[in-house]
Amino acid sequence: MSEATIPPGAQAPIFYETDEHHHDAGGSTMLGFWLYLMSDCLIFAMLFAAYGVFGSSYAGGPQPHEIFELPLVALNTSMLLFSSITYGFAMLAMNDGKVRSVQGWLAITGLFGLAFLTIELYEFSNLIHEGFGPQRSAFLSSFFTLVGTHGLHVTFGLVWLVTLMVQVGTKGLIPANQRRLQCLSLFWHFLDVIWIGVFTFVYLLGVLR
Amino acid sequence: MSADTHGHGHDDHAAEGAHGTRKDYVIGFVLSVILTAIPFGLVMSGVIADARITAGIVMVFALVQIIVHMIYFLHMNSKSENGWTLMALIFTIIVVTICLAGSLWVMYHMNANMMPSMAPGDMGGM
Repeated sequence: MSEATIPPGAQAPIFYETDEHHHDAGGSTMLGFWLYLMSDCLIFAMLFAAYGVFGSSYAGGPQPHEIFELPLVALNTSMLLFSSITYGFAMLAMNDGKVRSVQGWLAITGLFGLAFLTIELYEFSNLIHEGFGPQRSAFLSSFFTLVGTHGLHVTFGLVWLVTLMVQVGTKGLIPANQRRLQCLSLFWHFLDVIWIGVFTFVYLLGVLR
Repeated sequence: MSADTHGHGHDDHAAEGAHGTRKDYVIGFVLSVILTAIPFGLVMSGVIADARITAGIVMVFALVQIIVHMIYFLHMNSKSENGWTLMALIFTIIVVTICLAGSLWVMYHMNANMMPSMAPGDMGGM
């Protein structure tokens, strides 16, 4: 190798790449989305911490075992669990390249998600009608914030799910759509994991207290 | 739920990448149902008289179920993305543990030491 020497007085050469590296489109999307989920996890951790700190500040208001209806929570949990496995079946149909089947399972997943939200809103409206809204005590404020944030995530997940149903319908199972479906899969199952924490620490341990 | 029978029962496609097989999803679902039903049953029926023992059991079930979800639904393993997903997860768990334990610890002592109207026993005995 002959080393090119720089003549005195000349500027040091500047090297730059004229061609961009070739990256597969979306090659790092899954890792990036995973990092987003981890940071979302931190949001929920802080809300759990707030609930842990304020969870016994009743301000003379209702206590968990007086207002939580476990049968309703159990029903809600099963809705989310069913939606998790139906989303799994949508992913399996995607691997098989079956567009109709993917849309069908996504629709069923969406219905379970909608049922979950409906039950949760029913619970919230009941509490608020009885005068146990978020302004009643620190316990209820942190409860509504934590469970409401989870519900908001499910809502956005539903919006995303409907969007993907339309996209899969118009464009088919192209690589970009497969990637999007995988991201939503992570998001959806992640919400189920958060819900395990919610029903355990908020509802079950709340009733035990 | 598994209305579509698919006939052949072939899972050849699922071998690629971080996709689960039908078996994975079904195992995860069955385990989740069991791990959800038992804690709800314990709390709703109140079989165990001591609430603290029940609470401990319920928390263990939650932890196991979270791990089940990660393996069977999120398809976590140490190899995906050259291990970076696992690294991110471990980092998150550390931060979450510090934040949760720190917040609860500090605020518990604040309550116990700074509020004379509230006897410390009130906090501990709940």
